[in-house]
Amino acid sequence: MKPFTYERAQSPADAAASAARVDGAKFIAGGTNLLDLMKLQIETPAHLIDVNGLSLDEIETTPDGGLRIGALVRNTDLAADTRVRRDYALLARALLAGATGQLRNQATTAGNLLQRTRCPYFYDTNQPCNKRQPGSGCGAIGGYSRHHAIVGVSDACIATHPSDMAVAMRALDAVVETVRPDGSTRSIPIAEFHRLPGDRPDQENVLERGELITAVTLPKPVGGVQIYRKVRDRASFAFALISVGAIVQPDGNGRVALGGVAHKPWRVEAAEAEMPRGARPVSARLLADARTTHDNAFKLPLVERTVAAVLAEAKG
Amino acid sequence: MATAASVAIGAAASGARAEASTEVAQPAIASPSMANVSFTVNGVAQELELDTRTTLLDALREHLHFTGSKKGCDQGQCGACTVIAGGRRIVSCLSLAVMHQDDDIVTIEGLGTPDNLHPMQAAFVKHDGYQCGYCTPGQICSAVAMLDEIKAGIPSHVSATLTDEPELTAAELRERMSGNICRCGAYSNIVDAITEVAGRQS
Repeated sequence: MKPFTYERAQSPADAAASAARVDGAKFIAGGTNLLDLMKLQIETPAHLIDVNGLSLDEIETTPDGGLRIGALVRNTDLAADTRVRRDYALLARALLAGATGQLRNQATTAGNLLQRTRCPYFYDTNQPCNKRQPGSGCGAIGGYSRHHAIVGVSDACIATHPSDMAVAMRALDAVVETVRPDGSTRSIPIAEFHRLPGDRPDQENVLERGELITAVTLPKPVGGVQIYRKVRDRASFAFALISVGAIVQPDGNGRVALGGVAHKPWRVEAAEAEMPRGARPVSARLLADARTTHDNAFKLPLVERTVAAVLAEAKG
Repeated sequence: MATAASVAIGAAASGARAEASTEVAQPAIASPSMANVSFTVNGVAQELELDTRTTLLDALREHLHFTGSKKGCDQGQCGACTVIAGGRRIVSCLSLAVMHQDDDIVTIEGLGTPDNLHPMQAAFVKHDGYQCGYCTPGQICSAVAMLDEIKAGIPSHVSATLTDEPELTAAELRERMSGNICRCGAYSNIVDAITEVAGRQS
C-alpha cells in the first residue's frame, strides 16, 4: 500500500467537503474492495476519510411505505431485516448470493454500489486497462474474456459490474441519496447512477468529486414472486457468470434485471412487456445489440435459459 | 465510534505530496503517516500508534503478537484471518486497524486455551477437523460467530425460505462457512465438528 493520511469524518457534509478539498481523498466504509485494491496499488489514495462513525446505519420506513436504507447498513443487516425479507425478497436473496458471511458483515450498502470490476486485466497491473490507466488499452478485448460483458460494451472496455445487490436495486427502482461538498443533497435514480464504459471506463458512476452516498431508498413494495437466480462456477463465494433478478406478478407481468452481462446492472424496461410471452422474447429484447467474444458468447443462451427457469419457478 | 476530533494524523500531515510519477495521476504522500487507535483484544485494552496502512490482522499479529490469526491470501478470500469484532466475524486482512477505535476484538486466543478449550476447539480436535491447522483458528472463529448468526435467524443463500428459522443442515453450514478455505480438505470433519457444537447449543 502507498502511505496515506487518515481522518474520522464527523458528519456526512464534512466528509464530502473534506473529500473535495484534499487531492486523492477517498471514503472508506467496509473497506473490503478498496483495501484489496490498495494492496495491489490499483487504488492509491493519499487520504482516507473513515465514514464508519457517521450515523448512517439505520433502515427506516418512509412516509410512502418504502424503505430508506442508510449508506452504512451492512449487507448482513440489510438481508436480515424483517421488512426486507418480507417485502423485498429479491434484495435479500441477491445480498445472500454474494460474497461470504465475513464479507457481508463488513460490506456496506453504498460500498456495494461502488464496487469496482473483478476483470482480471483490471487487477493485473502488468496488463493494459483503460479503466485502471485511461488510454493504455484493454487486455480483455482479444484476451481471456469468459466473464466479460456482452451488452453495453465499448471498444475501450468490456468489464462487468460485479454486484448482486445492485441488480436487485435496479429491478426495485431504488434511488441513491447523496450529499455534495457544498452541503446540497440530491436523489439519483439507480437507472442513472452507473455509467456504461464508452470511452471513459474509469468513470463508473455519476457521482461528482467529493459526493457521498448517504442512503438508498426503495419505493413501497410491489409484491409478486421475487427470485434471484445466480449462475456461477462455484456453488458459493463466486461472482456471477450471469444472474437474473425477477419480480413476477400473478398475471405474468413484472420486471427483470440481469447481472454479469454489462458495466452496470442491466434492465431494459421494454423487454418486460414480453414477460407473459416467455423467456425467448424477453431475452431477445434484453440482449438486443449484444456484442460477444469467442469466450463469452455462451452467456446469450445462458441468459435465456436462466430467465426461462426463473419464469417457470415463479409460476410454481 | 471515536469521539476524537477529525484530524489528519501524523508525519505526513503537513501535506507534502510527491508529483505523480506515472500516467495514473493520483497524488501520493511522501512518507508513512502514523495514527493512534485503541480497542480491546480478548478483553484487554490496547493502545497503539500505527502506520495508517496497518491492517487489523497485522496489528494483531505483528504489534500485539496474537499470532493465532493467520495471513493466508491477504485478500479476503481464504478466511484464515477471521476474527470476531463487535460480536461479528470479519476478515481482519481487509480492515484497517485504525477503523476499529473502541471496538472489541476476539481472536482464537480469546476463545479458549490449551487447558480450557472452547467447545468448538474441542469439537475440531475430536472430529479431526484439520490437517495442517493453518486455517483452523479462522475456521473456529468463523464457526463460533456463524452459529450466533443462525441463532439470530439470519437466512443464507441455501435457506428454503427467508422467513422460517434457518435449519442446521450440512448444506446450511457449508454455505455459511464458504468464506473459510481448507487446502487440506478437512471440510467434512469440520462440518461434523460444527454440527456437534450446534446440536449441543440447541
